[in-house]
Amino acid sequence: MTTSGKVLWHVVVIGVLLVLLYPVVWLVSTSFKPATEVLSTLALLPREPTGDNYAQVFDGVGEFGVLHYFRNSLLVSAGAVVGNVVSCSLAAYAFGRLHFRGRGPMFGFMMITIMLPHHVVLIPQYVIFQQLGVVNTFWPLVLPKFLATDAFFIFLMVQFIRTLPRELDEAATLDGCGPAGTFRHVILPLLRPALITTAIFTFIWNWNDFFSQLIYLNDAEKFTLPLALQLFVDQATESAFGPMFAMSVLALLPIGLFFLAFQRFLVDGVATSGLKG
Amino acid sequence: MTQSALTRPDALDPPPPAPAGTARRRRGQGVAYLFLSPWIVGAALLTIGPMVASLYLSFTDYDLFDSPEWVGFDNYATMFTGDERFWHAAWTTTEYVLLSVPLKLALALAVALLLNRPRRGVGLYRSAFYAPSLLGASVSVALAWRALFSTDGTVDEVLAGLGIDTGGWVDQPRYALLTLVALAAWQFGAPMVIFLAGLKQVPRELYEAAAIDGAGPARRLFGITLPMLSPVILFNLVLETINAFQAFTGAFVVSSGRGGPSDSTLLYPLYLYQRGFTDFRMGYASAMAWVLLVVVAALTALVFRSSRRWVFYAGEDR
Repeated sequence: MTTSGKVLWHVVVIGVLLVLLYPVVWLVSTSFKPATEVLSTLALLPREPTGDNYAQVFDGVGEFGVLHYFRNSLLVSAGAVVGNVVSCSLAAYAFGRLHFRGRGPMFGFMMITIMLPHHVVLIPQYVIFQQLGVVNTFWPLVLPKFLATDAFFIFLMVQFIRTLPRELDEAATLDGCGPAGTFRHVILPLLRPALITTAIFTFIWNWNDFFSQLIYLNDAEKFTLPLALQLFVDQATESAFGPMFAMSVLALLPIGLFFLAFQRFLVDGVATSGLKG
Repeated sequence: MTQSALTRPDALDPPPPAPAGTARRRRGQGVAYLFLSPWIVGAALLTIGPMVASLYLSFTDYDLFDSPEWVGFDNYATMFTGDERFWHAAWTTTEYVLLSVPLKLALALAVALLLNRPRRGVGLYRSAFYAPSLLGASVSVALAWRALFSTDGTVDEVLAGLGIDTGGWVDQPRYALLTLVALAAWQFGAPMVIFLAGLKQVPRELYEAAAIDGAGPARRLFGITLPMLSPVILFNLVLETINAFQAFTGAFVVSSGRGGPSDSTLLYPLYLYQRGFTDFRMGYASAMAWVLLVVVAALTALVFRSSRRWVFYAGEDR
């Protein structure tokens, strides 16, 4: 390939990328526009950049400042991360390494649940949590993760465990380790990349999640960021568009930071297991 | 990780040899079930149980407050013969799937082919193109979308500059769904990464042999790349189709939960949500969920059946 061909390639790729990332850049830039500019100009850069929108959002959206919703989102996402990492790694070890009756059918069923539209279990799940009296708490959002309902991650870890040499397990057995010891001393340390991928994806998915939070959380006090944003939009007059975009940017910030820090894990995780974005 | 692991995820390694002695084996089994217990409890209480319950509820009238009342096939009958919005939602979703999935996969494949070269910074580009897949699921981006595609928004202005007068997409029944299609297609990064992984598996010798035979770029694409990539295309197609049928956040945010204007963005899951959680017709919503499941399962089966004609597994005779 000639040098000019390479230059052309970079130009094309960067050009496509600029179009692709335009909405995100626009979102960030609009969040710094004063109210007079938000709707009246389409200029990408604010003429008179201002932090007012952010100040307003920290002051309060409805009854609470944005940090309150941040805290709620963080609790939900962190709970989900712990749940998924613990429960999915346990199940993956059993499926990947242990011998037990019903292993094949159970694994098959687990794979089917990955493809199952969640709407078929939605309403009875809601009824269960309602009977338990935990609607409008974070439990319905976190508890299922401790019961390994995100089967995608079990699959991811099983795939990973299959690449680990069995000789290590055998050596551990000779050293007197039972299955639990082998799991803790051999598998778990080696599983780290898959655990990190699981943790990051779980965090981002739950941070972004809208549907479950919409169904289970009713009071503004319990609202997570996506719900607060939606509430904001429904109440907002045109003058509140600036703060709305400021809040949108704040909601995207953790995802952006996670992405910058862990992009390799994310991209490799997708490549090897077909995880969704 | 090999391609076959992706495209044939049902294959499990043969079980490891059981330890000698029945007592030890039984103890080993107990430990295995212990490791699996969170999953078993979850599968029973949060998947299998609810599936059975939702099938039952679909034959009842249930408002969440009084106990369910058996109505036989009434919900299904109403759905198919007496509910215009149901058919409208079904058709809107079909349109959405038929437009967004091929567009998304075509973009994913095109960019994957573009990035499948040993160039400086290619890893960085790969990550940058993937970013929208993570951001696009958020309410934040859906809100930005709503603003960009509104009357006098950026898209409207750019199109007007090109002499195309659409007058904003979000507020017009003719175009509103396209806003959601664009939002879905924008998130092509995940299938793109999977395509890239697939492209790495294509043996270089095939291209070398083709070059000796004098095959041009088009012939290499259709004669080598696409056939070798077909298992990954199948995988992405199935996954994206299943996902597209469940799209919710974008439609909800862009239309403030109403599915408007004139129900033009009333995707199936949004209508299901309205029936269940706005109108409190949980039986009807359950019936809708089962119709969705049957349609998605049937389509998946159909795609897999048809795949025998167009999916090529390396090492298999045609």
